[in-house]
Amino acid sequence: MAQVVAARPLAGRASVPLSRAARRIATGVLVVVLLLGLWELYRLIWSSAGWSWPFVVDKTSMPHIWTIAKAFADPAQVNQPALGTVLLHKAFFTGKEAVVGFAIGAVVGFALAVGLVHSRLAQRGLLPYIVASQTVPILVIAPMVVVWVNPKLPPSLQGWGAVAVIAAYLTFFPVAINALRGLQAVDARALDLMRSYAAGRWTILWKLRVPASLPYVFTAFKIAATASVVGAIIGELPSGLQSGLGGAIINFNQYYSIEPQELWATNVVAAALGILFYLVVVGVEKLVVQRAPEQAA
Amino acid sequence: MSVVTIAGVTKTFKSGNVTALENIDLELEAGEFVSLIGPSGCGKSTLLRLIGDLVEPTAGRVTVNGKTAHQARLDRDYGVVFQDSVLFDWRTVSKNIALPLELLGWDRDRRRERVRKMLELVELTGFENHHPWQLSGGMQQRVSIARALSFEPALLLMDEPFGALDEMTRERLNLELLAIWQQLRSTVVFVTHSISEAVFLSSRVVVMSPRPGRIAGLVPIDLAYPRTVETREDPHFFELVTQVRELLRLRGEHLLPEEEAVVR
Repeated sequence: MAQVVAARPLAGRASVPLSRAARRIATGVLVVVLLLGLWELYRLIWSSAGWSWPFVVDKTSMPHIWTIAKAFADPAQVNQPALGTVLLHKAFFTGKEAVVGFAIGAVVGFALAVGLVHSRLAQRGLLPYIVASQTVPILVIAPMVVVWVNPKLPPSLQGWGAVAVIAAYLTFFPVAINALRGLQAVDARALDLMRSYAAGRWTILWKLRVPASLPYVFTAFKIAATASVVGAIIGELPSGLQSGLGGAIINFNQYYSIEPQELWATNVVAAALGILFYLVVVGVEKLVVQRAPEQAA
Repeated sequence: MSVVTIAGVTKTFKSGNVTALENIDLELEAGEFVSLIGPSGCGKSTLLRLIGDLVEPTAGRVTVNGKTAHQARLDRDYGVVFQDSVLFDWRTVSKNIALPLELLGWDRDRRRERVRKMLELVELTGFENHHPWQLSGGMQQRVSIARALSFEPALLLMDEPFGALDEMTRERLNLELLAIWQQLRSTVVFVTHSISEAVFLSSRVVVMSPRPGRIAGLVPIDLAYPRTVETREDPHFFELVTQVRELLRLRGEHLLPEEEAVVR
């Protein structure tokens, strides 16, 4: 046997050092502080100069950061818990709808992609309608889904179950399109290799296509994660649900001219929920997807 | 005993009506190391893919171990190595080597034992938990060879396996491949466009000419095994290289200059 050039095993992928993680968090905090500072600076300049373009700055159009922060601690209505507590419960409710919607959307989207990758005919026939489904505004679809789905749901799913379906309607699309792309983006040589082992289409699917598609699928999951939160909030509007963030937005909208900070506080919670979802997907992706570092997003 | 019998095989590709191969007859004996050499477009890769049932002949028959090539593929008689290693990024070195064993339904212990042996064979012990991107090109190709040999296929099909590697790595892997082949005694079909590589490795060189792809001649290589670094300096080695080169030139007179350059 020929001499092999001495090559020591490379060290495994080093875990991110703690100092780097700390630095990343510090950067994140700094950016938030900077943005809040900009908000206040803009307020200060525009209100003291009395500029009215693009809009007049006052406590209604741009409440102070501390007014919004304080709104979390104050009760929104007399004899009720603090707004922060109320919003947390609502966020949990909307989050439940979004998680279920995301799950349904992910499964349906992925199943569609698997079906489409195996049938050129289905791809040609169905894909235009899948695309068309997303050009219909969700506000048009939502009331129909509520009317169709709600009566068929068991009592425990009444109301929020239909909202989850609406969230799923927004999430299945990016998953289907990206998963299809990922399942197709398989090296022709890799397919030859699998064929040389006499692998059938299901073996090829599980051992090759699915793992190869994961980077694409997770890109879709990131889009779908935020879309599912938006879908859940919008879905609550025609359902007349009061337990979620959508209901709160409708409610606080009506009092905006008197107490704008409550709507702003709701916005902050909705945004935080979306970011949380996104981060969960990123975390799972880091655990699941094994690929060359230079390819990593 | 002949392992592969190719009888009157013609391959025409629908797109552009290209005749890749015309009326090929060839027999490969058990334990032979046969190289297919020729300029680009001579159909050497297509011939390899026909043997492996990755494409079907337009006319003629390919028989492997007394079966059709298709049946041989279903029986997992082939180990295939391509120019790029085609390792799966999401699998470790061990799991890449174990891929065909998984498909064959081997249990975990049996797989682990075989993978350990294969890593020893290609001298990659200690790298089992690395991912492909952590390896050099030469190491990746060794993993690819280990994967192809892991289930002891009757026939090893190699399509320019060292074509993308630098000269020094290529020469080292040539020696390693010969060592492995002598240990396992499997039949190897090896596609290359390096004349010296073909002569150095093979027990027989099949010289092909293009448009349409035909067999221009067979050159038996009677250099003694095991071959070493000195073999490349043997005068008889040069005679054989010249013999192959002349066959290529004789049949390739109508080639464009740049295609001759590929032949080297």
